[in-house]
Amino acid sequence: MSALLDVIGYERWILHALVWLPLAGMGLVLWLPRERAKHVAFWWSAALFALSLGLWWAFEAAPGFQMASSHPWIPGWGVAYALGVDGISIFMVLLTTFTTPVAILGSFNYIEKREKAFYALMLLLETGVLGVFLSLDLFLFYVFFELTLVPMYFIVGVWGGERRIYAAVKFFLYTALGSLLMLVAILYLYFRAEEALGAGSFHYAELLRVPLTLQEQLWLFSAFALAFAVKVPVFPLHTWLPDAHVEAPTPGSVILASVLLKMGTYGFVRFLLPLFPAAAQHPPVVTLMLALGVVGILYAAWVAAVQPDAKKLVAYTSVAHMGFVVLGIFALTLNGLQGALLVMVSHGISTGALFLLLGMLYERRHTRLIEDFGGLAAVAPWLATAFVITALASIGLPGTSGFVGEFMALLGAFETHPWFAGVATLGVIFAAYYMLPMVQRMFFNRLHESANRGVPDVSRREIAMLAPMIALMIWIGVHPAPLMRRMEPSVESLVSHVERSLPAAPSAPAVGD
Amino acid sequence: MPLDFTTNLDYVWALLPEIVLCAWAMVVLVAGVWGSGDERGREAPGPDDGQRSWDLGWLSLAGVALAAVANGWLHGVQEVGPGRMIGVDGLRLFANWIFLITAAIAVLISLGYVYRQRLQSGEYYGLLLLATAGMMFMAGARDLIVVFLGLEVMSIAVYALSAFNRRDRRSAEAGLKYFLLGAFSTGFFLYGIALVYGATGSTHLPDIMTSVSNGSSGSTLLLFGVGLLSVGFAFKVSAVPFHMWTPDVYEGAPTPVTAFMSAGVKAAAFVTFFRVFLVSFQDVYTIWYPVMWWLAAITMIFANLIALVQTSVKRMLAYSSVAHAGYILVGLTASSEAAVGAALFYLLVYAVMNLGAFAIVIAVGNQGEEHGEIADYAGLGRTRPVLALFLTLFLLSLAGFPGTGGFMAKFQLLLGAMDAGLWRLSVILVLTTVVSYAYYLRLAWYAWMREPANGDRAALTGVPLPMRLALAAGAAVVLWLGVFPSATLDFARASAVGLVQLGGAVGAVP
Repeated sequence: MSALLDVIGYERWILHALVWLPLAGMGLVLWLPRERAKHVAFWWSAALFALSLGLWWAFEAAPGFQMASSHPWIPGWGVAYALGVDGISIFMVLLTTFTTPVAILGSFNYIEKREKAFYALMLLLETGVLGVFLSLDLFLFYVFFELTLVPMYFIVGVWGGERRIYAAVKFFLYTALGSLLMLVAILYLYFRAEEALGAGSFHYAELLRVPLTLQEQLWLFSAFALAFAVKVPVFPLHTWLPDAHVEAPTPGSVILASVLLKMGTYGFVRFLLPLFPAAAQHPPVVTLMLALGVVGILYAAWVAAVQPDAKKLVAYTSVAHMGFVVLGIFALTLNGLQGALLVMVSHGISTGALFLLLGMLYERRHTRLIEDFGGLAAVAPWLATAFVITALASIGLPGTSGFVGEFMALLGAFETHPWFAGVATLGVIFAAYYMLPMVQRMFFNRLHESANRGVPDVSRREIAMLAPMIALMIWIGVHPAPLMRRMEPSVESLVSHVERSLPAAPSAPAVGD
Repeated sequence: MPLDFTTNLDYVWALLPEIVLCAWAMVVLVAGVWGSGDERGREAPGPDDGQRSWDLGWLSLAGVALAAVANGWLHGVQEVGPGRMIGVDGLRLFANWIFLITAAIAVLISLGYVYRQRLQSGEYYGLLLLATAGMMFMAGARDLIVVFLGLEVMSIAVYALSAFNRRDRRSAEAGLKYFLLGAFSTGFFLYGIALVYGATGSTHLPDIMTSVSNGSSGSTLLLFGVGLLSVGFAFKVSAVPFHMWTPDVYEGAPTPVTAFMSAGVKAAAFVTFFRVFLVSFQDVYTIWYPVMWWLAAITMIFANLIALVQTSVKRMLAYSSVAHAGYILVGLTASSEAAVGAALFYLLVYAVMNLGAFAIVIAVGNQGEEHGEIADYAGLGRTRPVLALFLTLFLLSLAGFPGTGGFMAKFQLLLGAMDAGLWRLSVILVLTTVVSYAYYLRLAWYAWMREPANGDRAALTGVPLPMRLALAAGAAVVLWLGVFPSATLDFARASAVGLVQLGGAVGAVP
């Protein structure tokens, strides 16, 4: 495989292709007639996924960025068009290229008006998200980070449910507020780089070398953290999420849950920790972030348990899962970070699948209320099977992807902050408490609504969406080693970078003197 | 070709674009009257009127193109002797490009409007060209008297243009209001010039600088003069609290005129503002700097908040234009070469995207003043998707969203402001930008996310070809500058070189 990739020069062009091909696909979708929009969009993004799979082999388990390239973009500002991939971003990239065709396939029946615009926006979104995960230049990163807002705003606002405009605007303003403050922080870094290194730069590798005092780091940390925390979303900033999720059309929810939320947590890992290591290890900061993570887990579980609307319930589970990610990240241990990354991947797959399944149910019954369903397992056994497996993966049953990640995140947190980890573990139990009753009420119990009798089972198109997702949930759950092997060197070097940057402590007297 | 200003002919060469434009304005004016018969008494258009209206539009566009050639030629000219009245420097030439682009787009978007509204086209286009020439005089002036002359040429033409639609009461009201308040502010401006002359003994900008740095900087007379000049400029750029006229005039004036003046007059006033304050009053920077700081801050905050509650699109865009004045004032507060370059780039981008947005207002208004409420834009994405797409692009650019020229411009301004240590002002700029997202997006959501009010809107006029040209060109520029801003940025920055003589000394943190 690698030989083949070498022959076609894969490593030279793949990252550029990943970022720009979706944009070309968008042009194609807009150009071709409306009837073909969805098919073109699907096959285009599926082909892109196939292309991106080469990364799995081309990527070597080693620290540092691979396939990196940098070209001057706006020389006057020291802005470069710099892309690269490492063990932290590779799975985010694969998750994105995987989720996009699935989400597009999931919108075939759901999207009935303005199809061309919809599929064009989906592909634009893919460009934005892949750009976020692949940028090595903070300016470029910021451009892509903001670029994702526009398509999502329109996807929610045009194709969403009843209160779609409210949800779309709330989503937009919340996230824009955070990211613009980050822009100021990025500019501050730029000027500090100019002072310290002689030339202003937005390049990640350069900015890592900028020395910052703890005071500065705390300010910059706050600005970056706010931008990412809104995106994640971390507990008190999460209120846009249920609205956006509930109102978004199914494919929008899938992309939002699977990929867009990851941009926030990815930002934590990629920028927050390495750029501001002293602030990230500052005890009050760590305590605050861990506390927010834990509160998010418990609060979201508590709120999810009482939701009558299945989609809203799943939306709140996202907040809980992201709580685990935050916990894992700010544990600042190898296990914690790896666990966090795994939760990100696993959540992307399982929650994405849950939203797809709810979308299928909505297409059949035009309701999202849990009480309107009941006993579906009798009429649609395969749908029920898929739902149960996905729900279990979401809860984190051993043998599914959810378990590995949450376990490692908790383990990592336990190594440094046992109390937080202990409380967070309750969240795993709560997950069962909110998820299982929903499954029971929707699929088991008595078939009390006559409308539910005629619900058809999964179609072949739906199997094509669900089968790979379920396969991944189980594969990662049983055999996560290949993923971890690829992540580990990058995560390890990240942890050691952060620990190395600890302000020299008034250390114990040297032994022997 | 070197210019040493020893002969009068040198002045002709130095003023070639302005002269071309003024002469062409006369040509257009005469051509408008030629063979029109007794048009005045007639309310219905004659059979040939339509054709002549179009021809005059294209004719004036040709004049703009000629002036552009002259301006391009001036790039190859070096100024060796002292040009006392007019400068041939980067700032002026760059500013001229802004005015010429503004004028060209304004003509393109006027064609359909002037025809449909049966405006007297000869006078209309003639005044447009004269106003452009006035802007160019202002931006090139090295003497306060020439600044004043340019200001008046521009302003009087624009007053007349605002009131041009004599069948529309609001247009007359706008013209009168603009004229009265404008005359008032001109009084301030002139008095300011007089006081500065009294304090320094000169109206020549470099001489004022010398005089100020020789010690008269403490004089109360000078400070009053600077203060009055600031008021005059603040009025023209419509900074809060001197913006009161803006929404009314912008709303009442014929839309192409609004578009033209929101881009052109603002650019001319700003370029001159920069030149006068950075060249002459650098040594008293510490005194006027806090004023500019507060002016910028108040303008950004106030304009953006008020824009949120507007229901008329033109009023909303008026407040948006006030807000943009606030952003550019941040550049003046920073007062460095980088900031001037940033402001020039900003003015260029702003001109294009703002003209684009107003072009949509004209198109949606059926080449008239119909459908002016935000609610009228409901379902535009359904009824006229291409227009809605352009509208969205221009709105995103006005909001300063990545991928558009507006973002690059705002970013460059932020860079300049932070370089000067204006952290708090930068944060205000950024936060008010978030506020501005709300009202720009509101128009976008009406266009895309609401259903058309009455099913299918009857009697939609098509978009005339010149308007399509203007929209396509504007969109191309906005996108191009959003993705590859480098060359233009360097050009803008190079144009500002040499303006700030003492350079860098200014820009201390308060």
